[in-house]
Amino acid sequence: MRARIWGCRGSIAAPGPETIRYGGNTSCVEVRGDDGEVIVLDAGTGARPLGNALMREPVSRVDLLLTHLHVDHLEGLGMFGPIWSADTELHIWGPPSPVASLDERIATYFSPPLFPVHLSEVPARVSFHDAPRQPWTIGSVTLSAHPILHPGATVGYRLESGGRTLAYVTDHEPALGTDLDAVGTSWISGYALAHDADVLIHDCQYTQEEYAAHVGWGHPSVAHVAAFARRADVDRLVMFHHHPEHADDDLDAMRGSVLADWPVAADRCIVAAEGAEIEV
Amino acid sequence: MAAPAAQHHLVLILARDFASRLATPVFLVDVRGAVIYFNEAAERVLGRPFVEGAGMEADEWGRLFAPTDDEGDPVGFTELPLGVAIIERHPDHRMLRIRSVDGTERRIEVTAFPLFAHEDECLGAIAIFWETPED
Repeated sequence: MRARIWGCRGSIAAPGPETIRYGGNTSCVEVRGDDGEVIVLDAGTGARPLGNALMREPVSRVDLLLTHLHVDHLEGLGMFGPIWSADTELHIWGPPSPVASLDERIATYFSPPLFPVHLSEVPARVSFHDAPRQPWTIGSVTLSAHPILHPGATVGYRLESGGRTLAYVTDHEPALGTDLDAVGTSWISGYALAHDADVLIHDCQYTQEEYAAHVGWGHPSVAHVAAFARRADVDRLVMFHHHPEHADDDLDAMRGSVLADWPVAADRCIVAAEGAEIEV
Repeated sequence: MAAPAAQHHLVLILARDFASRLATPVFLVDVRGAVIYFNEAAERVLGRPFVEGAGMEADEWGRLFAPTDDEGDPVGFTELPLGVAIIERHPDHRMLRIRSVDGTERRIEVTAFPLFAHEDECLGAIAIFWETPED
């Protein structure tokens, strides 16, 4: 299983010279299963260049796993090349809601006046699935989805294939009201997704100082990320969902903070960067 | 592939966290009625610390606290607000008398409601209760 980062910025795209090393596109990760399955994690603005790459292959089936429907995780869908091809079988998975179906909720964004075309009019053969409560498979990949602590319906995903595990837990505030070092692991949001993962891609939006002014916004501080990685006993941590105001040098400093609280070999903690490929 | 890790549903994590911040007694049980959590305010009324009560099955805490009605007749689990919430899947409220672990009898009012993660998935129930004066 391999992962490639196409977008790792949080909240809003942030292109420019200060973000050139880690990138400015919002959340989008491509995962290739051992049998070539194409699984896309979130459809932020990184979905546009990913879609262009997929159209060059091309691929016939794409499974898009949405963690939630905040715009920074959805705004690339309209510019995702495969959705404009009748040859594409696109399966969109996302968190269930008691209020409206997944397609209705996505269409809130993907329809006039916010977007010129209604979701129901795209050429691709699109089907929508509530993320199952039990593990399910896409080809060689076994997936699990669990609700995680973030405002609104939000899930994280665990992908397992060939004995390797990738956990994708972005937009997550596991320490809201909780001391991650004091509570049992069964009481930690996201633990079931991340435990013993070979690679954990996790939200790392705030410094400790910034977090103090953003409690309850749905994102962690560097100290929380370090504690979560330690409690979940992950092998490698990929810091993700960078704050749009954080320049490249800021992210380097945040990595130092995480490593100070989670003292592991430096290559076990990396900052997600657009274009980075991760062998799980 | 690693074995699935035990983790409580997010709804229960949030319910426990909410309860832990309230000064009002709160009692949280799973879908079988076993104790998941009760807060410090509940500890004071029940006379037992949570660490000693965690995991008690419904029949065990039912015997321990011996709930009765105002006439002194025993109230079984299915008639307790928590039992109604779990079994009948709707909120319930009533007055009870219970016996604290130190033997003190207390008159309490209890409101309980089921915790649904999905419309068809009940995870347990939560009860809020408080001491109430004699009529």
